[in-house]
Amino acid sequence: MADDKDVLRDVWFGRIPTCFTLNPDEVTEREAEPYYLLLPRVSYLPLVTDKVKKHFLKVMRTEDVEEMWFEHEGTPLKWHYPIGVLFDFHASNTVLPWSITVHFKNFPDVDLLHCPTNSMVEAHFMSSIKEADALKHKSQVVNDMQKKDHKQLWMGLQNDKFDQFWAMNRKLMEYPTEEGGFRYIPFRIYQTTNDRPFIQRLFRPVSTEGNPHTLFDLLKEMCPDALTKDGCLQHLPCLPWTSFMSLTLNLCFSSSPPPKVESASLLG
Amino acid sequence: MPASLLWAVDVHGRVYSLSSAGQQWELGRDAPMEFKRVTAAQQCCWSLGCDSSIYLNVFASDLPVRYKEETYENQRWNPVDGFSERLLPSDRWQWSDVTGLQQQPLHSFQLPSSSWEWEGDWYVDENFEGEPTEKEGWTYSIDFPSTYTKDKKWNSCVRRRRWIRYRRYKAMDTWAKIPSQPMSLPDPFSDISCGGWEISEEPGDRLSLWVVSLQGKVWFREGICHHNPEGSSWEEVPLPGEVVQISCGPGDLVWAVLWEGKLIVREGITRDCPRGLSWAVVECPSPEVGAIHVSVGNGVVWAVTKDNKVWFRRGVNSHNPCGSGWISMVGEMIMISVGLHDQVWAIGCEDRAVYFRQGVTSSELSGKTWRAISAPRDGERCLCCGCFKHVMTICLCSTALDVFSLGMCKPSLWSPLKDVPSVTPAVLEEEVIPADGEEIQLCAEEALLSTESRGGPQWSNVDLEEAQTGAVLDLAETCSLSSVTTFTLTLEDGAEEHPMWAWVSGEGCSVDSSSQLNWFTVTQSVQSMSLSISPAQTAAWRRQIFEQLSERSRREMDDFKHYEQAIEQSVWVKKGAMQWWRDWKPHKWIDVQFAFEQFSGPDGNKDGILFIYYNYNEEKKYLHAFINEVTILVPVLNDSKHTFAIYTDERTKQRWPIRVAAATELEMYDWLALLSVSCCESRGIQGPPSKQAIWSITCKGDIFVSEPSPALEAVPYPTPCDQMFWRQVGGHLRMGECNSAGIVWGIGYDHTAWVYTGGYGGGFFQGLASSTDNIYTQTDVKSVYIYENQRWNPVSGYTSRGLPTDRYMWSNASGLRECTKTGTRPPSPHWTWISDWAVDYSVSGGTDREGWQYAADFPASFHGYKTMKDFVRRRRWARKCKLTTTGPWQEIPPIPLIDVTVLPCGAQSSVDTIPLWAISSKGDVLCRLGVSAKTPAGSSWLHVGTDQPFKSISIGAAGQVWAIARDGSAFHRGSVSPQNPAGDCWYHIPSPAKQKLKQVSVGRTSICTVDENGNLWYRQGVTPSYPQGSSWDHVSNNVRKVSMGPLDQIWIIADKVQGSQSLSCGTVCHRLGVQPVDPKGQQWDYGIGGGWDHITVRGNAMEPPRIGLLSQKDTAPPTSSSPLPIGIAEPNGTAVC
Repeated sequence: MADDKDVLRDVWFGRIPTCFTLNPDEVTEREAEPYYLLLPRVSYLPLVTDKVKKHFLKVMRTEDVEEMWFEHEGTPLKWHYPIGVLFDFHASNTVLPWSITVHFKNFPDVDLLHCPTNSMVEAHFMSSIKEADALKHKSQVVNDMQKKDHKQLWMGLQNDKFDQFWAMNRKLMEYPTEEGGFRYIPFRIYQTTNDRPFIQRLFRPVSTEGNPHTLFDLLKEMCPDALTKDGCLQHLPCLPWTSFMSLTLNLCFSSSPPPKVESASLLG
Repeated sequence: MPASLLWAVDVHGRVYSLSSAGQQWELGRDAPMEFKRVTAAQQCCWSLGCDSSIYLNVFASDLPVRYKEETYENQRWNPVDGFSERLLPSDRWQWSDVTGLQQQPLHSFQLPSSSWEWEGDWYVDENFEGEPTEKEGWTYSIDFPSTYTKDKKWNSCVRRRRWIRYRRYKAMDTWAKIPSQPMSLPDPFSDISCGGWEISEEPGDRLSLWVVSLQGKVWFREGICHHNPEGSSWEEVPLPGEVVQISCGPGDLVWAVLWEGKLIVREGITRDCPRGLSWAVVECPSPEVGAIHVSVGNGVVWAVTKDNKVWFRRGVNSHNPCGSGWISMVGEMIMISVGLHDQVWAIGCEDRAVYFRQGVTSSELSGKTWRAISAPRDGERCLCCGCFKHVMTICLCSTALDVFSLGMCKPSLWSPLKDVPSVTPAVLEEEVIPADGEEIQLCAEEALLSTESRGGPQWSNVDLEEAQTGAVLDLAETCSLSSVTTFTLTLEDGAEEHPMWAWVSGEGCSVDSSSQLNWFTVTQSVQSMSLSISPAQTAAWRRQIFEQLSERSRREMDDFKHYEQAIEQSVWVKKGAMQWWRDWKPHKWIDVQFAFEQFSGPDGNKDGILFIYYNYNEEKKYLHAFINEVTILVPVLNDSKHTFAIYTDERTKQRWPIRVAAATELEMYDWLALLSVSCCESRGIQGPPSKQAIWSITCKGDIFVSEPSPALEAVPYPTPCDQMFWRQVGGHLRMGECNSAGIVWGIGYDHTAWVYTGGYGGGFFQGLASSTDNIYTQTDVKSVYIYENQRWNPVSGYTSRGLPTDRYMWSNASGLRECTKTGTRPPSPHWTWISDWAVDYSVSGGTDREGWQYAADFPASFHGYKTMKDFVRRRRWARKCKLTTTGPWQEIPPIPLIDVTVLPCGAQSSVDTIPLWAISSKGDVLCRLGVSAKTPAGSSWLHVGTDQPFKSISIGAAGQVWAIARDGSAFHRGSVSPQNPAGDCWYHIPSPAKQKLKQVSVGRTSICTVDENGNLWYRQGVTPSYPQGSSWDHVSNNVRKVSMGPLDQIWIIADKVQGSQSLSCGTVCHRLGVQPVDPKGQQWDYGIGGGWDHITVRGNAMEPPRIGLLSQKDTAPPTSSSPLPIGIAEPNGTAVC
């Protein structure tokens, strides 16, 4: 029988085969070979592209190098979205491997945030953890953690260490059984059709009548448009009817919006 | 927590019950009449009928209520007739009780009431003190009153034998009228309350029932106990005034309300004196408005005053039953009922709805809010019976009982109505007339007058006079209400909007603030039903998610495996500051750095190393252990340190683990969870334990499980026992029993039975190391004991002033450690006190009335009575504590057990039933029906009669059932077969000479027992044609428990096993060299210990590898070349599963 741990593992070890190519406009000393890599879905671009950077810097002069950024078919990729979301959002219908163009010039300040160091990513990650825990446990769990626990969580993500990450993250995913779930379920719905970056509202795991909320309930409430289109729910025939709380526990990758990967692809 | 019932009576006098697991009120359909009040315990419900008689409803249980009647037949020898019934004039009666003082011929025994039936006829008891007697059960002696022997000697002049007959309580699940006494009571009853079951040490064994008569007198029902549910007689309790209502809590609290509105509290209620000694008066909450109703729990008192205000009494406990002050609560109620765990129910004054007090916890006894129970009543339409009943009950419950007494005085008018058609014309007539209150008031006054004119009993005058003002007022009010109701009833034929309740009883309803109750919302719509999620659905969608994820992985990754990983795997190190119990002398805790390094092995398996960095003579050193060599991690949480022990096979041999202590409990569990997961990963173990798993339990109640390999039982070179890897499973048990079909049962310290659900984890294993399904809350209760010691001196007698050389005056059992009442803490932070210190009378050796045991000097054997030579005495105090944890266990209510056994080998298919036997905490033998691999919990118990209480039982692979009685003798159950799962009769097997047996275990054919002196015995000469065997062979000493496996493996818990530092108690041991030709084996192999208390290997049906069989073949006799023992190969052998 499939167990929670199997599911969590599969979510964690989800990989996207990617082909990085250097933007042809970049000034190089010789031609740059494309670079192939398996990117973890559950991570952020700056954490996994050290090798890419090293690879391309070999053919470039240091004075031509500015901050590195990525683009897929003309769309700059936001580093502060998880990789899985970026892929499902922009490229789920393209042929694998996912082709990403690497730039070292003309940073699109309008579209992207600067990311000088990985500590920016850490700050962003920890703030979403805290935001999510505020919804889940009134921040009690995350505030009770020590500095080193936060570090362990972050290092687990950064070094792709499932056990290390989950040894800490499980605390964030606990809830009193009698309450049937978190206070609110943290989630974000990303939509291509919408100008707003994402939808994020308060959502209880259990309805006022005491029934568990489902993903269907969430979508009905948050973006009813998505449901009117045919085929929206065909990707995941059973999931919309299962308890959203259970989904959260199974599909979350961190305490930041759990089913974003799913809903992005669902709605995209 | 098993489901239990909340009882209530509506204004029509109908009794309903609401299950704590249910959603709707169930009508008690077999009620013989309308009831006024009910009071429920967990095993029965008492009620007060409209005829003012008392009715009892004992809930059906798989365990029958039976009572053994016995009498003795006495005979004397004379030269002419030999032994004959002709006795000397100075002798006792020919038929007498055991003392000979009471004449008791067989025909003098009558059934106590029509609720009883005889189980069979009289028969002679042929066992005597655990030994079978010669024919006819006679025991001989020189003369009467003397000691008897089973052997007839030359000087045996008298003989006697015991006759036994059982009677059984048959009126289960029906309302049986308590027969009125010959000396009938002077007046009818008006209130009833039961409780007091926690006064005795065996919960539920005894019950106190208090009733109030219309005259305001209080009566106590004597002698209610398990085998006498009806009690024996009424005893009047003297009073300082006239009582209107009384309430008895589960413990020693009894409060009552007086006519004038004051409250009285019963004092001096103890185990020996459940009736108490005296009354103390407590002023009512508001002096101008008296109290009308009171209800008490374990440590709370709630009251209602005549203005329907609700009050909570502060500071009530068994030392101070009167409490300290009143607190006014919100809500207007007509009555209140306090149930188990001090939970509170009430009936609203306005809407007559039943309310439940939410948020009552042990720290917040007054709770938070009232919440109306909105459960619907089952389909029954309103019976539309007389409105007078209506008036009557409302009057009764609203305020003044005196109004009710009016009705009672005119029986013709107020007689209960059996059903609608038979409503008497007189009542009907009046029922139609009333359009407003006056009419009824009139008729009520008429009734009043008629009573007086009839010259009713003396008392009514007095009462009525006093009550009249209030009564008339009340009538006006309630009658108008009732007439309105009548109106609607006649018009709409009983379509009621919402039920009107008159009385509620939660005394038997076991819920607490954490219970999930479905009482408050009507969740019956189709949609909500379809959305509620069953475990099967959960599993289904989990599988679906998993499949979809796998599909995604295939799609996205399969063709790209040659791509580089973005992040290279590296070593992960977790560090922390810990303390370590250092290996060299003097042993002490020293600060160390504790580090765990995890890395991926060459084959992708995770592995790790543990490091302990310490300073030795200013020099930095370290100690390390490979994770894949760790055999077990044991939490040793106590109140001073959060420690755990790490064993490797080497350290198991030395009986000297690595002991480390974390700074906090949380940190300790973090480490334990992480290390456990790593250990399992390094050995490739995951998910739930296999069916073959070996289960063991420590003396702290922690549960461990080990996966056996076939090599474990290999002959001649088995896997050494100390190399077994044990992992912990959540939960708390005292003993457990498994079989190779994967059925595992356990018994907690509080004798609760649990069945394994197939999950893993729970307890401190959370998240990854635990399954999501099949983990439930588990509770356990045990007692902590301390001793009060006293020495006698000529001046002041026994005092707590001892000699300087004496033990502490408050100590543990050995006297070596001081244990005071205030200083003694629960065994670990997980346990919380749930009772106060109380004298424990159930000490072996007996006690006097105050619980004292006497001895000549301190380290000596104590006895329960005082002699001239005794200079010291002690008594034991007990305090209960409770543990709440989680684990893969589900409760099997309601019968508490002390032993359980399952047929060790599995059935052919998952639906085949598997025999499972158990012993209840009272010593009854039970056979579980409907147990299969699919339904491990089974369905119900079948009671198997015995002549004496039993304490241990075991069933072997061929269905042989062996048991040990409390007197230490063994019994074999004959003719147990799949067709006759309970067998037919017990065969008595004498115990080994001068030894009292205490435990038995039966394997495939081998039978082993352990006696009270720690000897292990093997039953010799057992064959299919002679399953009782011939004699006991001594195997070993220092044995605490034995578990025989389905291949006749012998595993024990041994005491006094040699270690490097000291002798250890409670060690798992495996018998080596056990073969069909040598079923007793050769020697012991020592495994994990000490501190182990239980092991069961009955699931391990894994045959050893072939090499073992071959070597066996060489030595086995040619007729039985198979590894099966000789007996089973015989054609007429018994059925083997």
